[in-house]
Amino acid sequence: MPLIELEQVTRLYRSGDTEFAALRAVDLAVEAGEFVAITGSSGSGKSTMMNILGCLDTPSSGHYRLDGRDVARLSRVELAAVRNRTIGFVFQSFNLLPRTSAAENVELPLIYARVPPAERRRRALDALERVGLAQRSSHQPSQLSGGQQQRVAIARALVTRPPLILADEPTGNLDSATSLDIMTLLAGLRASGITIVFVTHEPDIAAFAARRLTMRDGVIVDDRRQAAPPAAAATTHGASA
Amino acid sequence: MISPTETLWLALRALRRNTLRSGLTALGIIIGVAAVICMVSIGEGAKSRIRTQIEATGTNVVLLFSGSSSSGGMRGGMGSQPTITWEDVRAIQAELPAVRAAAPLSRTSTQAISETSTWTTTVYGTTPEYFTIRNWAIERGSGLTASDQAGAAKNAVIGWTVADKLFGSGVDPVGQVIRIRNAPYNVVGVLAKKGQGGMGEDQDDAIFVPVSAFQARIQGGLSQFVRGPVYVSAVSTEAIEPARAQIASLLRERHRLGPDQEDDFSTVSMAEMTGTLTSATQTLTTLLASIAFVSLLVGGIGVMNIMLVSVTERTHEIGIRMAVGAQPGDILAQFLIEALTLAAIGGAIGVLLGIGVGQLLASRFGWSLAVRTDIVAIALLVSAGVGVLFGLYPARKASRLDPIEALRYE
Ligand SMILES: Nc1ncnc2c1ncn2[C@@H]1O[C@H](COP(=O)(O)OP(=O)(O)OP(=O)(O)O)[C@@H](O)[C@H]1O
Ligand SMILES: [Mg+2]
Repeated sequence: MPLIELEQVTRLYRSGDTEFAALRAVDLAVEAGEFVAITGSSGSGKSTMMNILGCLDTPSSGHYRLDGRDVARLSRVELAAVRNRTIGFVFQSFNLLPRTSAAENVELPLIYARVPPAERRRRALDALERVGLAQRSSHQPSQLSGGQQQRVAIARALVTRPPLILADEPTGNLDSATSLDIMTLLAGLRASGITIVFVTHEPDIAAFAARRLTMRDGVIVDDRRQAAPPAAAATTHGASA
Repeated sequence: MISPTETLWLALRALRRNTLRSGLTALGIIIGVAAVICMVSIGEGAKSRIRTQIEATGTNVVLLFSGSSSSGGMRGGMGSQPTITWEDVRAIQAELPAVRAAAPLSRTSTQAISETSTWTTTVYGTTPEYFTIRNWAIERGSGLTASDQAGAAKNAVIGWTVADKLFGSGVDPVGQVIRIRNAPYNVVGVLAKKGQGGMGEDQDDAIFVPVSAFQARIQGGLSQFVRGPVYVSAVSTEAIEPARAQIASLLRERHRLGPDQEDDFSTVSMAEMTGTLTSATQTLTTLLASIAFVSLLVGGIGVMNIMLVSVTERTHEIGIRMAVGAQPGDILAQFLIEALTLAAIGGAIGVLLGIGVGQLLASRFGWSLAVRTDIVAIALLVSAGVGVLFGLYPARKASRLDPIEALRYE
């Protein structure tokens, strides 16, 4: 059974009298443990699809089954639980809480998972350690570089140990060296069995993935598997983003 | 739902992040609660003081006035023709079984002059019985006597305030001379301190002379009528109403009033006086408290306003929280507790401020203060209720946001 299964998913945006289909009858299956890149020109529907996959948005028609469960049947409370436990979402614009320390940002999903404070703090520091930011745990987002902020966001996505990480242009706001660091980090997670789906415009970033989808005008026009990323790209850059 | 302490912590952090705005919002509640507490405490203080003062006057006391109650007799006979004679007073004291003593009390405001100073005070003309009725002891020297009364002796008994003002604190007033309206009076005694009266007047600022002397020298011209109220004390609390009935029938008979004629006098018991005064105070207190409660309500609307602004301003934050798994109930609780905390902190500060201001006003104006714990509790509950009530709408609004819409909001 695939972890992610889209069946004839359509997402319509209505503006005034006109309707616009940002996704048109998309079918997609992603197995657990896959590392998938989504590319495509601007406006092709990548973010729209990611938001649906992340249970932040719902399809206008069609079915989305996550781990075998039809998401459309879930209540708002159950959807919140799915976002909390099953999915870690990384945004292009980081979406960290301002004026809140890195550690507290990472703790946020654990608060809603009802994890007691002491364990929460320990796990948040562990996650920050994994992304190489243990020394910056008390810094606020405004005191961190873009790359560091994205690492905090990844730590936050990781901290509940979800089986699925979704990243919409995680490197879109970062320079190329930092981008490679972030991708190395994500690629490293894959080793622990996490399924990763990410969106990118850069071919060298997409090259990290084992499977590459291309979208155009709300449909997937290409779906191919590719060789593992060049190991050199993953190791020539240090961990300091 | 995450735990309440967790949510409270979250709310406190959010409020602290915008201290000035939180403070200004809480100010509405603070002022509302403080106003309620202050008003009610002062009102209660006034009420309880009136009660204790009147009780100190003597609970068995009945006041008798010239004039019917409908023609202003209650106001001490002012504006009405005096109808009660000396013989009436004597008869009331001598003939009525329910009456223990009766004493007239005429008064005038005038200057009293000693060798060293001049002081404007109230001079009363009365009989020795008055001090028995009022339960008022002589602290130094002696009191007025029956022979003073019979001989219209120019003797005076004075209160402590007058003693201080005329003779200073080092001098023994007994044996000194006071000139009132050009006549010298010997001070024979000083009364025990009595403090403030039911209307806030200083009861020790008084000079008492025999009513016979008062009529002859101060009021001017001998008269068969008593001016001012007559203090009557009943033999017991149970005898108050019988005493009033006996006074009424005696005076009707003495004044030869026909069955269809109205009383030309009126009586009022201290208990009635207490009731009238406290209910008047109560009305005022209720009025002030309702105005104060309205201001509390306005404070609540301020909380709602700020919470609405806060929800709009923090839409993106709400989106982030929802994206990482906050349930609608978590968001609801966060904003609700935030509003509640704001109102509760405002309420607590308001209670302290209200008591503080009340105490300040009380000591400044010589009022007394009675903080009623039930009112404090009600004010706190109301302010918390205001927090919930006016926080609910913004909180619900926040919890119903769509995650993706909230995240897109900038
Ligand atoms: N909230 C919205 N209301 C109306 N139209 C929208 C909305 N969000 C997206 N769209 C439209 O849907 C289409 C797909 O948008 P989407 O954001 O998925 O593109 P994308 O592939 O992520 O592009 P980019 O690479 O620029 O991020 C676009 O034409 C866009 O204008
Ligand atoms: Mg996009």
